[in-house]
Amino acid sequence: MTSELLRFSTAGSVDDGKSTLIGRLLYDSKSIFEDQYEAVKTASERRGEEGVNLALLTDGLKAEREQGITIDVAYRYFATPRRKFIIADTPGHIQYTRNMVTGASTANVALILVDARNGVIEQTRRHSIISSLLQIPHLVICINKMDLVDYKQEVYETIKEDFERFASKLDVHDISFIPISALKGDNVVERSANMPWYEGSTLLYYLENVHIGSDHNFIDTRFPVQYVVRPYNDDYHDYRGYAGRVAGGVMKKGDRVMLLPSGFTSTIAKIDTADGEIEEAFPPMSVTLLLNDDLDLSRGDMIVRENNHPEVTQDLDLMVCWFNDKPLQQRGKYAIQHTTQNVRCLVKDIQYKMDVNTLHRNLEDKSVGMNDIARITIRTTKPLFVDAYRKNRITGSVILIDEGTNETVGAGMVIG
Amino acid sequence: MNYQLSHLKELEAESIFILREVAAQFENPVLLFSGGKDSILVSYLAKKAFYPARIPFPLLHIDTGHNFAETIEYRDNWVADLNAKLLVGSVQDAIDKGKVTEEKGYNASRNFLQTAVLLEELENGKFDAAIGGARRDEEKARAKERFFSHRDEFGQWDPKNQRPELWNLFNGRKQFGEHFRIFPISNWTELDVWQYLAEENVPLPSLYFAHQRKVFHRDGILLADSEFIPKRPEEKVVEMTVRCRTIGDVTCTGVWESSASSIEEIIEEVAASRKTERGGRTDDKRSETAMEDRKKDGYF
Repeated sequence: MTSELLRFSTAGSVDDGKSTLIGRLLYDSKSIFEDQYEAVKTASERRGEEGVNLALLTDGLKAEREQGITIDVAYRYFATPRRKFIIADTPGHIQYTRNMVTGASTANVALILVDARNGVIEQTRRHSIISSLLQIPHLVICINKMDLVDYKQEVYETIKEDFERFASKLDVHDISFIPISALKGDNVVERSANMPWYEGSTLLYYLENVHIGSDHNFIDTRFPVQYVVRPYNDDYHDYRGYAGRVAGGVMKKGDRVMLLPSGFTSTIAKIDTADGEIEEAFPPMSVTLLLNDDLDLSRGDMIVRENNHPEVTQDLDLMVCWFNDKPLQQRGKYAIQHTTQNVRCLVKDIQYKMDVNTLHRNLEDKSVGMNDIARITIRTTKPLFVDAYRKNRITGSVILIDEGTNETVGAGMVIG
Repeated sequence: MNYQLSHLKELEAESIFILREVAAQFENPVLLFSGGKDSILVSYLAKKAFYPARIPFPLLHIDTGHNFAETIEYRDNWVADLNAKLLVGSVQDAIDKGKVTEEKGYNASRNFLQTAVLLEELENGKFDAAIGGARRDEEKARAKERFFSHRDEFGQWDPKNQRPELWNLFNGRKQFGEHFRIFPISNWTELDVWQYLAEENVPLPSLYFAHQRKVFHRDGILLADSEFIPKRPEEKVVEMTVRCRTIGDVTCTGVWESSASSIEEIIEEVAASRKTERGGRTDDKRSETAMEDRKKDGYF
């Protein structure tokens, strides 16, 4: 049985029914086990709740159960015969913007919940803006709690129009709308008999069929060297393999390649794996490359095509999301990780802070604290090999690290 | 041409990436090997990640002394197959030296003593990264675990202060004396593990397959009859056809009534199963947050 992997992110607070929706997807696709269900049932009874609170299935940590909120990113899994799904489940409050950004960073699809009674509100806009900023390829807007508005088509149409008007300002290309009731199960897994006017697919059908084959960059060859494999034994005396994960493009045996930063050129002698040699490698495969020339290449270097390379630069324009209590320091120095490179950087300028609810650029207040998103320029101690984040999410992203505490304090996307 | 990997190949690629990242970022990693299918998978993926070179770190087994006999036999053969180096930390030794105290009573288990022995082994070996086979789908506290999970100098996990992990950028920086727990198969589910092991024809311990065994019921769980578990007078030993869904210390690993004698039959059984594999672990049932509490203390 072969099936594909789809990662999607959700964001929301307890009230908009996000946990109920996830609970519903897991329950209706039979991904919840009897003992998990029993544990949740017992916990619901102990809390004096009516019925089984499916939301409890997804609220993991003690503090969360006590406060009734999802603080961190939690990962959930379910599968259908067509696809395996990884849900990055994140909280929706503004003070958890950083968690939403984290969950969104690897997602193919963003699932955005709208309460049919309230329509498009600040939180909806915030989730959409973050999804657009993180370049999630597909957005699906679930208009939830349709049961509470008598399953009226006008409510759905009004919200859809509102959202489309707002979304014209965003950098997203694929948006779908589905009217659902997570609580009653309408259009989640089973088609709703209550909304005959809706002719689109159910949420699960959408997730099983949305085209994700083009979500990686298959055009621009990028191979960050992660680790050099040297067996040091008699059978593989001169073996020198460059292990890594293909970050972009399709690499073939015999391809002419250029090495960064040296600029030397060579050809691919062999694409090796433990299962034997393969003819071509593409994202997100982990392989080992052997070259025809004996060149000095190590972790942090990058293998690219001769006529198509990333920008080699020490000056970066970034959109950053800040993760730490200690604010971003103007002229501050940070460690920076980009693909497999570790360098240091200096924050040269904070250009503006972005309001994640409105996209408004604030040029006056430049204090960048926890959960803020800002456009900054930095200079690195060594050149990095970068693409615009829009072009490649792997070669276009960095994390900033506090050199004193070693904490990851910021996530940056290369603007270009 | 369709450039789309199957979900198992994509999970494999992700895990190999993590394992190589560990070898590149840490000075002295170690792979925690329990003899269960998850650590068998991690060590198998490690072999793939560094092929044709040897796995560049040793395997460490924390041995409670209360094993199923089959586990040790399998372990030694598997390690020889991998051409890897094996280290063993002994709970019995720690008890003999008075470093830890054995629990008493019917539910006594050495499972909890493993934590102390593990932390001591990590300290003695100066290991800065301990690779484990935990998966996020196993238990609710693990759903929020990172691939690179930071531990302070006491080996403790702080779930409220975890480093954010974005894209495939993993921050393994640490202060002197601190270490990391690394979970390369975080995104695999129980079914993924079985399907992959079947696809790759990985040899597995006989305990996973249906066999005749003397067992008894306790608190809704079937336990293997063993000299290491004192029985209450009312607990009667019967012979049944059973198999293990997880393999751990004999005192806390439940067995399941099952006739699945091949990996294909196991997959069918797991796919149709309505109970989680940890449903048979008595160590998780001590309280609603048993796993979270143990993880904070430095458990696997």
